[in-house]
Order: sequence, then C-alpha cells, then structure tokens
Amino acid sequence: MALTGVLRAGFVQLRVLEMDEALAHYIDRIGLDLVDKAADGRVYLKGYNEFDRHSIVLREADAPGLDVMGFKVARESDLDAFEKRIGDFGLTIDHVAAGEQPGVGRRIGLTLPSGHRIELYAEMARSDNGPITENPDIWRDDPRGMRALGFDHCLFYGPNVAEVSRFFTEILDFGLVEKVEAPVGPIAVWLSSSTKSHEVAFVDHPEPGKFHHVAFQLESWHDVGHAADLIARYNISRDIGPTRHGITRAQTIYFFDPSGNRNEVFAGGYSYFPDHPTRVWTVDQLGKGIFYYEKELNDRFLGVVT
Amino acid sequence: MTKGFTVTLAETGAHFTCPDGARVLIAMEKQGLRHIPIGCRGGGCGTCRVFIAEGAYRTRKMSRAQVSEEQERAGYALACRLIPESDLLLRLAGDGQGV
Repeated sequence: MALTGVLRAGFVQLRVLEMDEALAHYIDRIGLDLVDKAADGRVYLKGYNEFDRHSIVLREADAPGLDVMGFKVARESDLDAFEKRIGDFGLTIDHVAAGEQPGVGRRIGLTLPSGHRIELYAEMARSDNGPITENPDIWRDDPRGMRALGFDHCLFYGPNVAEVSRFFTEILDFGLVEKVEAPVGPIAVWLSSSTKSHEVAFVDHPEPGKFHHVAFQLESWHDVGHAADLIARYNISRDIGPTRHGITRAQTIYFFDPSGNRNEVFAGGYSYFPDHPTRVWTVDQLGKGIFYYEKELNDRFLGVVT
Repeated sequence: MTKGFTVTLAETGAHFTCPDGARVLIAMEKQGLRHIPIGCRGGGCGTCRVFIAEGAYRTRKMSRAQVSEEQERAGYALACRLIPESDLLLRLAGDGQGV
C-alpha cells in the first residue's frame, strides 16, 4: 500500500438549528442518503459513492457550526504512532471510545491551535448501501438532487494558520498543496493527505474554531450547473457561483444550509502527489486565487462563518 | 396591494413592505434592496442582526452564538428569522458588511 497514515477526510459532525429542515436540504437537495437517526438525536448521512457507513453527522443544537472533523487512518497502529507524535508536538490528546458514533472504532482527538477539534480513527463499518463491487453498475439508485458523490473537504477559519500548517505537514504527514503568503507568513493553506487537491484548508481569522464550509464532490462542471439550477428553483441561500477556483482549479458554487452553515459543491481540481511543489499566491492576487473568473472576493465569503 | 407591514430603518428612514408571515431579510432581498446586510439567510452568522426599536414581531430559531437570551429579551434579532406582526422600526446591529 503506497498511501499510508492519514487516508482522507472521513466525516464531519455539524450542528444545525432545526433537524427536519436540515435533512430536507442534505437529503433531497444535496442528494445524500440517510443512514441512521440515532437515539441521541444525531443523524448520519453518506454519499452514494462512499463505502464507509457515514460521512456527514448532524446534531441539533442552539448554534450552528463545527463539532468535529474526523480523518481516517490506514491502520489501528497508526493511532498509537500519531498519538506519540502529537504529544511530542505539544498538543493534548483525548480518547473517544469505540461506538460513540455507531460503527466507528476508537478515536483520538485534539484541539488545533486554530480552535478546531479534529479526530483520527482507523475503523468504520462498511455501508450496506455503498458502491457495488461485483460487476458494478455506476450506482444502485438514481442519484437525487445535486447528485453529491460524497464528502470532499472542509475549510475552517481561525488563528495560528502557520502553526496549524506545521502540525499537519510535520506530524500528520500532509502535503502543503497551495498557500497564500503574506509578509507575516501564511494566511491561508490547503492541505492534502492523498492525491486530492485538499482534504482540509485553513484561513486566518481572529476568532477561533469558526466553520467556513463543507464541500461535496460532484462528477462534472455539468453537475455544478445542475446544482445551480436546483439552488435557483428551490430558493436555496446562495453565496457565490457557479464559478471556478484559481486555487485547486476546481469548479464550484457556495451556498448555505437552512442553519447558515456554508456548503460547497465541487468538481474537478488537479491531482496532488507528495513530490509536487507548493503553489504560492501573493495577497494582492487572492481574489483571482479564490474566484478565478470574478478576480475579487465578496465580503460575505470573507466574513460570514458559523 | 399585498397585505403586509412597513419595515423602516431608523438610521436612514429607508423602508419597505414585508408581506404577512414573511421574514424581513428575505422580503427585502426579493425587492432588490440592500438596506440590511445579507449573510447566510439562515439564522447562523450575525450579519443581519438588528435591534427592534418599535413594533411587534416573532422569530424563528436563531443561533445563540449570535443572539443571546438576554439580547433576545432586549429586542435584538436576526432579520433573516424576524417575522413582523406590526410595522417595525429597526436599527442595524450586525457583525459585518455582508453584501
């Protein structure tokens, strides 16, 4: 196996204000499948292209935003190795017992210098509704809504971006795929553990622990257009797009779930390999980096977070 | 004329009609107006926070990180979750510029 250690962004647990509205959005519009409504009120969802049991976890609460993002590692023994390295870096580890989320093995967790909680886990039950593996059709049931394949990545806003970048690259062995470099150091970083253009990204922001967006993978630019049609038809709260990113080169729309958590649908983007150099943007070109066609940022993209 | 209530911004005197049962920010944006900054439109971000100086209203659930119980009792609300029950006089009390 060539890909070791952290495999990918595995799940994200988000808070929503009203569960019924959230489920209509994520299931009927984004096109995720319902996995399970658990007794504690959390609801588990997945995309049709995902093998693992779930990738999106929703929890009703009095404020929207991020609870935790989980990264899947290749082997159980990786958890012990990472626990030692994380401790040596100076961050405090805690332990979440197997089964705290149904079907998920033990997790190790920590709060990043940006204020966001992440966890690592090695085991998650295989979905009984994942992609077909024997003489496979392209899907089991017609994809719904925006036809999301699955969870792609998150972007977080918080302080200490340089320290967070050093943690992901030196301790979790991520690649620094792209960055925005200011005279004071990096103010935005895109980080990958795989051949994806990123699994997680961070943008400098004074308030810790803020959630900017969760992205769902679509197959094509044509599907991004279809998603735009659904956003218009159903009056989904749109931020910006369809457009394209200079950073990652992916095609995109940003919009909001009914609780104000930003969503992205995302298609394309280049493949990353660990021997690739980091692509660097200067602050004066940030508009082109984020929105390649518009070449400028909107205030809402910069300031609106949960 | 559609049945509704007049929503007035205290700072500028700008005003618009909000149909009965509609949310203030959504009704404003539908008319192409930008008197109140627009953020997530879902009660999550605080961009469209306002202080209701005069009038009767109800709200849908709002992020407690943006409007505390004390602020809610004092007359603050997010315009995207604010439903008038009479004419309203509002002051802007939001976090950012929105668009």
